[in-house]
Amino acid sequence: MSATPTALALACAALLAAGCKREDREFKTFPPSATPGSLVQDVSLVPGPRSPALVAHSPYEGNAYAVSEGKRLFGWYNCSGCHSHGGGGMGPPLMDDQWIYGSEPENIFETISEGRPNGMPAFGSRLGNDEIWKLVEYVRSLSALGVRQDVRNGRSDEMQGKQPETDVDPTKHPVQSQSPVKLDKP
Amino acid sequence: MSVVARGEARAPRPGFGSRIRLAALAAPLAMLAMAGCRGQQSMFDPAGPQAERIERLAVFAGVISTAVFIAVLAATAWAVLRRRRGDHAPASPDRDRRMGRTVAWLTGGTVAVLFVWLLADFGTQRAMAKVGGTQPLKLTVTGHQWWWEVQYEDTVPQNRLVTANEIHIPVGRPVLVKLEAPDVIHSFWVPRLHGKRDLIPGYTNHVLLRADRPGRFRGQCAEFCGMQHAHMSFWVVAESPAKFDAWYRAQLRPAAAPADSTRRAGQTAFMSNSCAMCHAIRGTAAGAGNGPDLTHVGSRMSLASGTIANVPGHLGGWVVDPQSIKPGTQMPPNQLKPEELRALIAYLEGLK
Repeated sequence: MSATPTALALACAALLAAGCKREDREFKTFPPSATPGSLVQDVSLVPGPRSPALVAHSPYEGNAYAVSEGKRLFGWYNCSGCHSHGGGGMGPPLMDDQWIYGSEPENIFETISEGRPNGMPAFGSRLGNDEIWKLVEYVRSLSALGVRQDVRNGRSDEMQGKQPETDVDPTKHPVQSQSPVKLDKP
Repeated sequence: MSVVARGEARAPRPGFGSRIRLAALAAPLAMLAMAGCRGQQSMFDPAGPQAERIERLAVFAGVISTAVFIAVLAATAWAVLRRRRGDHAPASPDRDRRMGRTVAWLTGGTVAVLFVWLLADFGTQRAMAKVGGTQPLKLTVTGHQWWWEVQYEDTVPQNRLVTANEIHIPVGRPVLVKLEAPDVIHSFWVPRLHGKRDLIPGYTNHVLLRADRPGRFRGQCAEFCGMQHAHMSFWVVAESPAKFDAWYRAQLRPAAAPADSTRRAGQTAFMSNSCAMCHAIRGTAAGAGNGPDLTHVGSRMSLASGTIANVPGHLGGWVVDPQSIKPGTQMPPNQLKPEELRALIAYLEGLK
């Protein structure tokens, strides 16, 4: 066997092996705060300041596994009870471009962890930070917010009145909400 | 020839004759090793009529395969030795005819053996379908990543029982297990009772089995189902009908109210932390169905789907950091204050 095909095969193998490290799964996760009340702070009803107690950014940016786990947790914790499968019901829709309390991962984390006025319960004492971050990634993927095509979930088992998540074109505007949520003036 | 370093005389290379002696020695050794096939999860220790049939077929197939294997090796050895001695007959039409006849006989023999094998398989399948006896006990086993949900059916709704990872059955009564899966394909396998039967999402499978001896039989998921497939086992406890009825009645009762202040604190910890987001304890406010039902978790033999023994220390470790024991499991880590954790363990272990 001459050297050229061998070198070629080795180069191909190296290229293929590089694909093995697409993403890491972290199993030693952050435990939830032992004192759930410690995170609660008074935030104004605009996208609030970041809690210093929190991790500064989502640990799961661009992690397909986290998005799919977020989807599972979304079903488990009955988020659909209010938000339907992202389309909105008693709670605001999650797949449009209206973000009452901010669309940054930290904002969504605080929304889930500490709750918001008018009905969003505080899940901080009931979920670990890690689970909340997974939910954050899934919620952001619903409206294709900065979540890559190959990271988003590929299919849904629920009947839904929207395009499959993979068909949402992140370069275009996400689906417009039919009924923008009116905020009551405090 | 150099001197061997440690000054030992090297044994001469074993010749052909000594190899045959070695093989003769190995056969009884293999039989001795087979004696080690007894155990909680061994198909060679059947506890019911279906498993007996399967074992019989396996032994039959094993004996035939071994005989064929030995015959092939013997023929190979004979050919090699003959070639070495150099007494092979010169090529001739006569030799070709003999060769043709030999090949035809061997081919016919192989087909006949395979046919016998096929008949044995059919016979086994037919015999396994007959369990006889009374009305079967019906239960549904749902395979989740990575634990088993068990539901005993009953015409009266309040007599239906949901438990997890531990199946009790009465001896001598057929059991019809309905198999379902909500996530991926699993496989239900209790080697001492029956063969493997897959649990397929969107499709209902059944397995009909009977235990003729009381005992504890270990079962194991037999279809790779993700990270913790290896830690997805369960126990089948076969006991006398009277004992089974007593167990069933005890399991049907809702969880006992916590008896002392520690356990009351444990119950509060359970309800106010993330436990109640996934688990159910009948008789309390916890009613989520994402994880195993914990109504009588203190009465079970093992935790985490047969991964660890059910003792307070293990339970505490499992609650605080399940990812160290079972990386990838869908239970998150829980940080509790020490007194809260102790109370929680006391409460859960008290749920007999």
